[in-house]
Amino acid sequence: MTPDRNTAHKKARKKIHLKRRQQKILTVIMTVFAAAAAIIFLMPTILTIANSFMDSAEISANYGAVFSTTESGGKTYISEKINLKFIPDMVSFSQYYTVLFKSPDYLLKFWNSVILVVPIVIFQLIIAAFAAYGFARLKGRLKEIIFFVYIIVMLMPYQVTLVPNYLVSDKLGILNTRWAIILPAIFTPFSVFLLTKIMRRIPIALIEAAKLDGAGEMQIFRYIALPLCKSVMYSVVILVFIDYWNMVEQPLILLSDTSLYPLSVFLSQINSGEIGLAFAVASIYMIPTLLMFLYGEDYLVEGITYSGGIKG
Amino acid sequence: MAKFGKPDKARVEREPKEKPQKTPLRDKAFPMACLAPSLIGVLIFFIIPFIVIIYYSMVDNPISKDFVFLDNFVSILKNAAFRKAALNTLKFSLISVPLAVILGMALAMLLDSKIPFVSQFRASFLCPMMVPVASVVLIWQVIFHYNGTLNEIITKFGGERIDWLKSDKAMIVIAVLFLWKNLGYNMILFLSALNNISKDQLEVATLEGASGWYKLIHIKLRSLSPTIFFVGILSLINSFKVFREIYLLTGDYPYDSIYMLQHFMNNTFRTLDYQKLSAAAIIMAIVIIAILAVLFVAENKFGEDAE
Repeated sequence: MTPDRNTAHKKARKKIHLKRRQQKILTVIMTVFAAAAAIIFLMPTILTIANSFMDSAEISANYGAVFSTTESGGKTYISEKINLKFIPDMVSFSQYYTVLFKSPDYLLKFWNSVILVVPIVIFQLIIAAFAAYGFARLKGRLKEIIFFVYIIVMLMPYQVTLVPNYLVSDKLGILNTRWAIILPAIFTPFSVFLLTKIMRRIPIALIEAAKLDGAGEMQIFRYIALPLCKSVMYSVVILVFIDYWNMVEQPLILLSDTSLYPLSVFLSQINSGEIGLAFAVASIYMIPTLLMFLYGEDYLVEGITYSGGIKG
Repeated sequence: MAKFGKPDKARVEREPKEKPQKTPLRDKAFPMACLAPSLIGVLIFFIIPFIVIIYYSMVDNPISKDFVFLDNFVSILKNAAFRKAALNTLKFSLISVPLAVILGMALAMLLDSKIPFVSQFRASFLCPMMVPVASVVLIWQVIFHYNGTLNEIITKFGGERIDWLKSDKAMIVIAVLFLWKNLGYNMILFLSALNNISKDQLEVATLEGASGWYKLIHIKLRSLSPTIFFVGILSLINSFKVFREIYLLTGDYPYDSIYMLQHFMNNTFRTLDYQKLSAAAIIMAIVIIAILAVLFVAENKFGEDAE
């Protein structure tokens, strides 16, 4: 090896080495950045849970300056300062005790939420799965137009569908009953849209082959289409559940009987008063969603590989 | 595919039909039956009442039912509150939807760049979806209140307190809330799309000496374009949904800069002015259809070559 070649070799190695080091520094910077972002994203969750373990005295000492607004709108400052605390002075279960044992109202509202949201999620999923399969198998101009209409309906803010919703409930005589919320929610096109995207990817060859083997249409749907959409269906369940679990507008407009209100509405109304309780109730209210995430995060992550953008 | 498609075609040709390629009715029956329940529901709960609303928007009141054609539309377009609300909503969507798409993509690329703890980061970015709306609102109040945490920090560094929710800065607070809530899911969508980009293509590009930028623009962005549209449309829906938080945070009549169309609709609903409400709803629907049409055309133009 000539010395000249040797130095060239060394130079090249040095270059690679330098590049690797740059790469490493870059990775560290990006990790730090991601960690900072993650903390911001996590903070409200942690705060909610941490605050639920403080007793009411500590809560009002911490947040008095924000929430001590009197009825007349004037402010009485208990303390000028706000303490955003992640660790309670003393872990106290008093808020939970009040929620769970002293005021059965909260549990009742929790149950109200459950009997509103569970039927919505189940029936919306069933109807949407069938509809999506229909959209995926049908062809032609008419189908495209109908699908476009579905997307339009899906995009409408609740305030646009509010009057139609109210009119129909009134006509059907279901105003002030739970059905006024459940029925329109079941037919919301959002999950049809998501499921159609995945159903369209089922190869026609697979369906034809199954037919040749003598499978009936229902069998094809049950044993070919559904299993392929399992993870997307799970993400649909999570998204629909979260959306309706947190509903506020619908009950306020469609139900006049406050005893039917779900906890989400109630929770939004105890804000200003008993904020200590609000955190405990919110923490309890978070449990079903948390369980769904823990159980299905992988589905949520894997499931959403859509090809194609807006159109089915 | 063609191999299995043959028997079907043969059958079609035997039966006399107007168009030889049309699927026979027997094959269509099941998919149509699948679609029927959903279609009936959508018709009853969304389409038919919407048609009724079009009628409402053109009469002077529900009792006398005098036909006034476009008068309601003219009066609502002249309504100052409606115009302010429409402008605010438009402004909010124009700012926050693109941001939600771009930042969601940036986060996904960050997590895709071989850093450690990816699954932990992913989980924490998804966390905001779990927190009940009401408690999000509580915490947002604590942070952005005049006496809140953020102002505390600002004054500590010698800055002036800002009344976040009762000034022109309110839009920023809402946008931050919206992004905080939705970036996680957008990121997940982009992440799974990034995983689908063929590694071979990227490797070939690397071997041929393509720069990082080249790979980003010509390979990644191009194959991500369908996802960009998809995330865009989801973010648009979610940008309308953020009203729930705005409402809980600030009530019926918030500061001017965040008075949204939804506030206008809600307040009009309370006065039971159906004609005004119907006209407003139809105008909103027309705008949304227009946006959707633009997105469709754009997708046809940019989306196709990605596949």
